[in-house]
Amino acid sequence: MSKTMTPELAPPRAVLDQDWGRIGRFGGLIALSLIFVALSNMPVSMETFDLIADQVTLGDVSLWWLLLVAGFAVGKEVVLEGMTTHARGPRDIVAGACTGAVAAAGLSVLAVLIDNFDLRDPLINWSPQTLEKLSLGGSVGSGVVLWLVAGAAIGGVGGSLHVLSERPRRLFVTMLVSVFLIAILETVLSDISEDIALEWLADIVYAKRGGLTIVGVVLVAVLSGAYSWWGRVRAQEAKERFQSLEGADRTRGNAIAFGLVAVATVVLPMVLGGITNELLANVGLFVLLALGLNIVVGLAGILDLGYVAFFAIGGYTTAILTSPNRGESWPDWMPDTPWFAALLLVMVFAALTGLFIGAPVIRMRGDYLAIVTLGFGEIIRLLFLSDWLGGYTGAAQGITNIPGVNVFGLTTVKGTNPQAVFYLVAAFCAVAIYVSWRLEKSRLGRAWMAVREDESVAEAMGINTVNVKLMAFVVGAVLASFSGAIFAAKVGSIFPTSFIILVSIVILVVVIVGGMGNIAGVIAGAVVLIGVLGGPKQPGLLQEFSNFKLLIYGALLIWMMLQKPEGLIPNVRRTRELHQEEFLQDAWLRGEIDTDADPSEGGVAPA
Amino acid sequence: MTDQTTATPLLEFRGVNTHYGAVHILKDVDLAIYPGELVCLLGGNASGKSTTLKTLLGMVTPTTGEVVLDGEVVNDKPTSYRVERGVTMVPENRRLFKRLSVKENLQLGAYLRTDKDGIERDLERIYEMFPRVKERLNQKSGTLSGGEQQMVAVGRALMAKPRVLLMDEPSMGLAPALVQTNFELIQQIHEEGVAIFMVEQNANMALSIADRGWVLQTGRVVLDDSADALLANPDLRASYLGDGKR
Repeated sequence: MSKTMTPELAPPRAVLDQDWGRIGRFGGLIALSLIFVALSNMPVSMETFDLIADQVTLGDVSLWWLLLVAGFAVGKEVVLEGMTTHARGPRDIVAGACTGAVAAAGLSVLAVLIDNFDLRDPLINWSPQTLEKLSLGGSVGSGVVLWLVAGAAIGGVGGSLHVLSERPRRLFVTMLVSVFLIAILETVLSDISEDIALEWLADIVYAKRGGLTIVGVVLVAVLSGAYSWWGRVRAQEAKERFQSLEGADRTRGNAIAFGLVAVATVVLPMVLGGITNELLANVGLFVLLALGLNIVVGLAGILDLGYVAFFAIGGYTTAILTSPNRGESWPDWMPDTPWFAALLLVMVFAALTGLFIGAPVIRMRGDYLAIVTLGFGEIIRLLFLSDWLGGYTGAAQGITNIPGVNVFGLTTVKGTNPQAVFYLVAAFCAVAIYVSWRLEKSRLGRAWMAVREDESVAEAMGINTVNVKLMAFVVGAVLASFSGAIFAAKVGSIFPTSFIILVSIVILVVVIVGGMGNIAGVIAGAVVLIGVLGGPKQPGLLQEFSNFKLLIYGALLIWMMLQKPEGLIPNVRRTRELHQEEFLQDAWLRGEIDTDADPSEGGVAPA
Repeated sequence: MTDQTTATPLLEFRGVNTHYGAVHILKDVDLAIYPGELVCLLGGNASGKSTTLKTLLGMVTPTTGEVVLDGEVVNDKPTSYRVERGVTMVPENRRLFKRLSVKENLQLGAYLRTDKDGIERDLERIYEMFPRVKERLNQKSGTLSGGEQQMVAVGRALMAKPRVLLMDEPSMGLAPALVQTNFELIQQIHEEGVAIFMVEQNANMALSIADRGWVLQTGRVVLDDSADALLANPDLRASYLGDGKR
């Protein structure tokens, strides 16, 4: 906000000198969002989750945060160069309060409507429970009054953030977010604390029946506040120092960072509890899938919406080869192959499927290709489900009794031992990361990018575009099949329902949210989406959100597309491009650049 | 210039006909490009110029007739086969791989080459030829100015070690000041022994540096003569060189 504040500020505007239209617009929008949230049943279904014991529930927060956003957003202003900028003051608090009140009024209207009309038929959450929640424990009338007051108060707090200077604002936000995060991560943090003998701390911070204790809130707020006030600047400096390293220093820095990550990957699972390891294993499965899809979509630019097909092929091939319970149509003499031996066949079969699906698809471009891959993804699942192949795949009954992975007779990796599963997945992820990293810089990687950028010119360069695209399909298919093979061994049984189209979509969202074409980004995307929110069938850290997972995915995707199209961890390549473009635009605005200047002179060289 | 009566053409069309769907594009076209010469193909819109290039490069297969490379009929050979043997194209409007760096663009030009040392040497040669390109090696090619993009496009083509360079409208979309520089560049490459087959709308400019030229009209070669004769041809002057209108 105050990044480019002009030094000379005009005195604050009068309190009543408001942009009432803007307040109405923002209030109305937030009111609609509040009504949507209320009717999506978040407030009621999350009522049982105490954030602060007996005081604040997640249900309450699902509505409150929108009021805070309303109060803050209405006061946002772009500081225009060369225009008068007023200092912030009470006017902003009033604006926030008014917006909050308008939004709350909208919600109150919903309460009154629920009280008087019955629309439960189309709107299932148009219910007494919702009404009770919206009345805040009293009558509808008192609820309306309370909401207006609360809306104005919370909105006012949001607006007052503009009045605070940078540092205290950060302090406040950090404290608020920290308390929320610590409260919401109760399950996993308690789980971890048991393993590292910090149970006593967890007992102080968390109440027996769930939620933070008052002591816990104060403790977290003070600690995070202290970090924000004193530690943050130093952390920032350290980060900048690291980023400004060059040459050999940079290489050494990277090596150290890489080593730390590697050590953490090995050590953390030993410290973490079963639930957390289970989450990490799921994250790993999706990292593997997302890395594969990243090659297909991110590098080669082929929008594959049926990527789950290869995950399914990996899972089913493993199941059929290793389980004694494979479909009854297989000959009796078929041996129960050990997992690692089966993996070779899985790879071969996945690669063949990649070729088989890829060959017809690859000749298409753009939208058509996406639709056709979508179709193939479903066809594969329906084949596994069909009676025609039922004798081989178990149709809807699936294949059960898939044995775990016997690692050289040392140990057996299966679902009951999530820590071992995580190590197995991590090993495969390491391979996938290495392969992706090498491929990106290779001749084949360049050919993929050339095809992505301009297919006909790539062809004119002598690149066999069909072969190159098929290669991308095959490499992606093999990586996905690894994930499927581990998935089968981990879960111990597979059914066609594990391979619905939603899986393809989620993997794609992971790639997009993380940052297309970037390995670290893809991992970050998987951690955030799969680890925290949960996969299509896998529970995440925040199980309370599991019913709203898709809603949040969608909201996140839209927000990312609008605000951070380059992803959580942007590709250096793309950031560089953005910066250069900005630079060139700036230079052009200042009249310093002559785009088609004579090559021998002129033209500003962007550094 | 090579003695045309004895030398084998580097690249040749013998009675080529092509179709897009049912539409007849090239009609009995005969062309011959000899090693080391600079020739140009003139023609208005939809006369079949681009199709000629695509057919030479193997991206379009003739329905009848033969495309001959070094005396060998290459109708069935893929583009990569021809690129490996020295047929390279600089596409219309440069068409760089915009989100890739300048260096990656140059490396892609040498995609089919396996001689690592040779590639390094040729990269150095390109840097020498275009010092401005060297300054921008790690920059995205899409952020370069038009003139710089033209240099990268030519550099990318030279990385393939061409014996004949097919240039599709090299002066299109360039600022007038750059058109002249560009033609000088083409001549410079030509002087190093690379044959150049240039498709141009800017007939005056093209013919002033070319040895020979053809004029294509609705898929048929209507004129085939030396550049000087073409420049003097009254019909051509009227239709392409703008005499009639001025």
